[in-house]
Amino acid sequence: MATYALMRSSLGLLHGLKCSFKSVGQIPYGAAAGAITQAKGLQNARCYSVNHLSVQERIEKKRKAALTGGGQLRIAAQHKRGKLTARERLELLLDPDSFVEYDMFVEHRCSDFGMEADHNKYPGDSVVTGQGRINGRLVYVFSQDFTVFGGSLSGAHAQKVCKVMDQAMMVGAPVIGLNDSGGARIQEGVESLAGYADIFLRNVMASGVVPQISLIMGPCAGGAVYSPALTDFTFMVKDTSYLFITGPDVVKSVTNEDVTQEELGGAKTHTTVSGVAHRAFENDVDALLNLRDFFNFLPLSNKDPAPVTECHDPRDRPVPGLDTIVPFESTKAYDMLDIVHGIVDEREFFEIMPNYAKNIVVGFARMNGRTVGIVGNQPKVASGCLDVNSSVKGARFVRFCDAFNIPIITFVDVPGFLPGTAQEYGGIIRHGAKLLYAFAEATVPKITVITRKAYGGAYDVMSSKHLRGDVNYAWPSAEVAVMGAKGAVQIIFRGKENQAEAEAEYVEKFANPFPAAVRGFVDDIIQPSTTRKRLCRDLEVLASKKQTNPWKKHANIPFTGP
Amino acid sequence: CAGLWGGSFAFDLQLPKRFQQFSCVFSFPQVHVKVADEAVCVGPAPTSKSYLNMDAIMNAIKQTGAQAVHPGYGFLSENKEFAKRLAAEGVTFIGPDTHAIQAMGDKIESKLIAKAAKVNTIPGFDGVVKDAEEAVKIAGEIGYPVMIKASAGGGGKGMRIAWNDEETREGFRFSSQEALSSFGDDRLLIEKFIDNPRHIEIQVLADKHGDALWLNERECSIQRRNQKVVEEAPSTFLDPDTRRAMGEQAVSLANAVKYSSAGTVEFLVDSKKNFYFLEMNTRLQVEHPITECITGLDLVQQMIRIAKGYKLQHKQSDIPINGWAVESRVYAEDPYKSFGLPSIGRLSQYQEPLDLPNVRVDSGIQEGSDISIYYDPMISKLVTYGKTREEALKKMEDALDNYVIRGVTHNIPLLREIIVHPRFVSGDISTKFLPEVYPDGFKGHMLTAGERRELLATAAALYVAAQLRSQKFLGDLSRQWELCVELDKGVHMLGVSRSGNNYTVEIDGEKVEVSGEWNLASALLPITINGKHRTLQCLLRTAAGEISLQYLGTSFKLRVLSNLAASLSKHMPEKVPEDTSSILRSPMPGSVVAVSVKPGDNVAEGQEICVIEAMKMQNSMTAAKTAKVKSVHCKAGDTVGEGDLLVELE
Repeated sequence: MATYALMRSSLGLLHGLKCSFKSVGQIPYGAAAGAITQAKGLQNARCYSVNHLSVQERIEKKRKAALTGGGQLRIAAQHKRGKLTARERLELLLDPDSFVEYDMFVEHRCSDFGMEADHNKYPGDSVVTGQGRINGRLVYVFSQDFTVFGGSLSGAHAQKVCKVMDQAMMVGAPVIGLNDSGGARIQEGVESLAGYADIFLRNVMASGVVPQISLIMGPCAGGAVYSPALTDFTFMVKDTSYLFITGPDVVKSVTNEDVTQEELGGAKTHTTVSGVAHRAFENDVDALLNLRDFFNFLPLSNKDPAPVTECHDPRDRPVPGLDTIVPFESTKAYDMLDIVHGIVDEREFFEIMPNYAKNIVVGFARMNGRTVGIVGNQPKVASGCLDVNSSVKGARFVRFCDAFNIPIITFVDVPGFLPGTAQEYGGIIRHGAKLLYAFAEATVPKITVITRKAYGGAYDVMSSKHLRGDVNYAWPSAEVAVMGAKGAVQIIFRGKENQAEAEAEYVEKFANPFPAAVRGFVDDIIQPSTTRKRLCRDLEVLASKKQTNPWKKHANIPFTGP
Repeated sequence: CAGLWGGSFAFDLQLPKRFQQFSCVFSFPQVHVKVADEAVCVGPAPTSKSYLNMDAIMNAIKQTGAQAVHPGYGFLSENKEFAKRLAAEGVTFIGPDTHAIQAMGDKIESKLIAKAAKVNTIPGFDGVVKDAEEAVKIAGEIGYPVMIKASAGGGGKGMRIAWNDEETREGFRFSSQEALSSFGDDRLLIEKFIDNPRHIEIQVLADKHGDALWLNERECSIQRRNQKVVEEAPSTFLDPDTRRAMGEQAVSLANAVKYSSAGTVEFLVDSKKNFYFLEMNTRLQVEHPITECITGLDLVQQMIRIAKGYKLQHKQSDIPINGWAVESRVYAEDPYKSFGLPSIGRLSQYQEPLDLPNVRVDSGIQEGSDISIYYDPMISKLVTYGKTREEALKKMEDALDNYVIRGVTHNIPLLREIIVHPRFVSGDISTKFLPEVYPDGFKGHMLTAGERRELLATAAALYVAAQLRSQKFLGDLSRQWELCVELDKGVHMLGVSRSGNNYTVEIDGEKVEVSGEWNLASALLPITINGKHRTLQCLLRTAAGEISLQYLGTSFKLRVLSNLAASLSKHMPEKVPEDTSSILRSPMPGSVVAVSVKPGDNVAEGQEICVIEAMKMQNSMTAAKTAKVKSVHCKAGDTVGEGDLLVELE
């Protein structure tokens, strides 16, 4: 609780609230409220039909008031900050005329600190909720309205959000939250806290049932951050959005660190350092248009198959560039994204966390029109090794795909887990286990292509045959081995003279796809240029795959830590 | 018969069929050989360790048992040592005899021989220039402007023009460094620079029995930094008399050195049709296909015949000029920077316009190839042929529009502009063409109002096609779209309506009809705009409405938004761009040869800060303003990428 209050003072939002008490009479809504009071006074003197008309009038007036949110002045201030209003955002996110609003007449129930006054009541309160369509497909949305009490979360606000989440789960449609809120409504105290918890519970219950996406478009701080953290994807808007537990002022008073909002919790921090956010976009318009595009990849619920769209890219298109992409020298890097772009439909790849733990590449693409999840080691960064951050990044993505019936294609070029005290102390064992766990438990179609190295335990982890990979391919350049030739020879022939000769023998024996292929650990050795054709065909076959794990209350993934 | 093919250009796919039986030598482990039977790795990418490494090549010859070697263009093709070593091994060198290579390869000696053979020569100093001061002295005697060039060189490398003493000293330094790194020989010579000339060369063919022919001329005046960009055969400028005079002088020079095989005699031709001998290239030229097109002769086949000792099959009177051929050199270069600074990258998509008739593409690369800093940045030579020049040029427009190159920056925008420029079309060209036509640098195609409409309409229609595909499950929607399209700071409100694959786009009261297949996966976008067929290329299409289209060669960035998104965009904050005047970034990938400043130095605007070498060219980086050097982020020997920070000024 203290956290919320402190955080909000740091954001300077209390100032904003005070202002709303004093100046509210000057804004149009104040005038509207006056008119309503008058109408109330006349009510008894009128006959039924007139009374009916007056209700109609009141409805219209409330609606009008709801549509202007905190009033023109605050809308102008919102625009000046480079932000759109809650309603403008929904208009852009959803198909034209598709938005159906709920709870436009809900008002907050706080009666302390003068909040009960008419001019402190805003129809709809500080959030706009409802459902609509994105490219014709159903989605539930809530959009926090910063122009009303700084978008702060009241009991009513939370209740509205919970209502759409409940319904989304019931009908099986994703929930998109557009976050722009100063935090808890302090005037409401514990009611506001309860509201957060109600939302958290629903985030958890909906997890794995319907996709949940958070787009942070303004401040989101204190306890409020846990709602986006529980959702499947968190996107941010550069320069205008922040996520942190406590603001810079509190940080200063507690740890004596000097830090700006942007450094502490801006889009750059969360997409490159903390890994809290999955992508950042240039501005509101850019973010919302990209979100529409992203939505096309997602199934509506865990009962819905991965969506299939019209595809203009031939499914059997050869990709000649892949035959030469893997360099002869096994120490030389190449860009895994070149492989991904070459294989997927129309070179279109929606990368998740492109700037965090870059030694693994994850994201969505389509194969012959069907959504797939792509996981690939990135030899260009840290040789594509697995470390704490890349394991967690990969694990979370794999689990999302598995939860929502999205087939997983894994491209393997991994020299192993990153050694060193930093990694061991950081818990690479338990974090690495997450990725292993995720691939092992996944029951969606799993196709693996070993492009070059698949060394040691990391080979096992990367969707190997042994973890129920459905189709596992090796390119001719693949080397499936316990470790690289040099290291292996140093162990096997320790102290012996002719190390170079032994190394050559090891390379001949193990640095190729045959040891794995003769054991059936890879199903085939394929020409790289035919990979797209092979994968498209396999995905069609595997579309009817059915596999279930043993009954359990829930599994116990090695969860501790980030 | 086995043969060996080396050269600056990895492989010539259009070689005569009979040549396919030969083994080929490559230095890249990853170069893909589509035609050859056998490929031998001759070393790592730096040319001094592969194509210029004679030992490695001699080994390759022994390994493959090659009986003959075609040296390709560049590298060892004009190296007399190489020819000698081959002769010692009993391997036939498909080219002239060693003495001819030696005589013509040395620019000083070749000039003396030419003078003796009564070939017109340029006034100049017939000897090796020792140092920069001597260069200044000689330049003073000849009179400015002068040309400083490598005695051993060719292809514009190690060549500088100087207009005063200062430039002479600087040019001497650059040329000798470049000459050393390109040819392993830093001897330089100086001659009078003929201002505003044309570069026209005569192809000759001579056998070992003392017969020689001239196979007409090639016009190679369109150049940047003394390297050819667009060539054609024949030239619009020569009359039959001048052609014959040049041809006869070329043949007499060939006879004077007992030349055999194919060779090229280069001339400078001034506006009064006076011509001067420049040099003789004792090898096959990059631009030889255009001569093959108009004469019907297969030059490589002729070279092999001659090397085997056969007599020439033709007489001078048999050599025709049939039709017109144009060659565009497609380079991996950014044409917006000094008409072409090298760029590198991986060819993520690559498609040659080979389905068009009368189009020939000679390239050594394919989709997936890497363009590296170690070689000449040429991607291919694109040759089109027509009965008339007009036809050949029209074909070239189509070919350039249908040429798909992704992953590296290329010079198609420049090529596409040159071939439609009124001065080029009328034949009014010189080696100064590019700097004269684009005094402020090449800026891409300037759209006319009509073209602008076509481009806007295409972008809008493409946007709608993509939007509609996203909504396929809703059934076939047909409705009016209100769009806002941005194109270089101009904003247009467009209305689009659709029926089937036909889109009617209304722009500022004008209707534009656009129709096509709208295959959103294809690199090429063949469409019909107001009944006119056009091929555009879609380079980029993002969720946020950004669309890049290659139209008339130039790539244009557009932004297509719904009216709603456009109106809301006005609230978006503007991002502040970086101040570039105080930051010097590498304009291309390459290596740092020298850094002339250190932190704390005061530099004047235009002063040299460092020198970057890329693709064998040295480029001087200069200060954009007068300031103090804040920090230096590179040192001699560093490899830098495009956009890497080199030096910061205060």
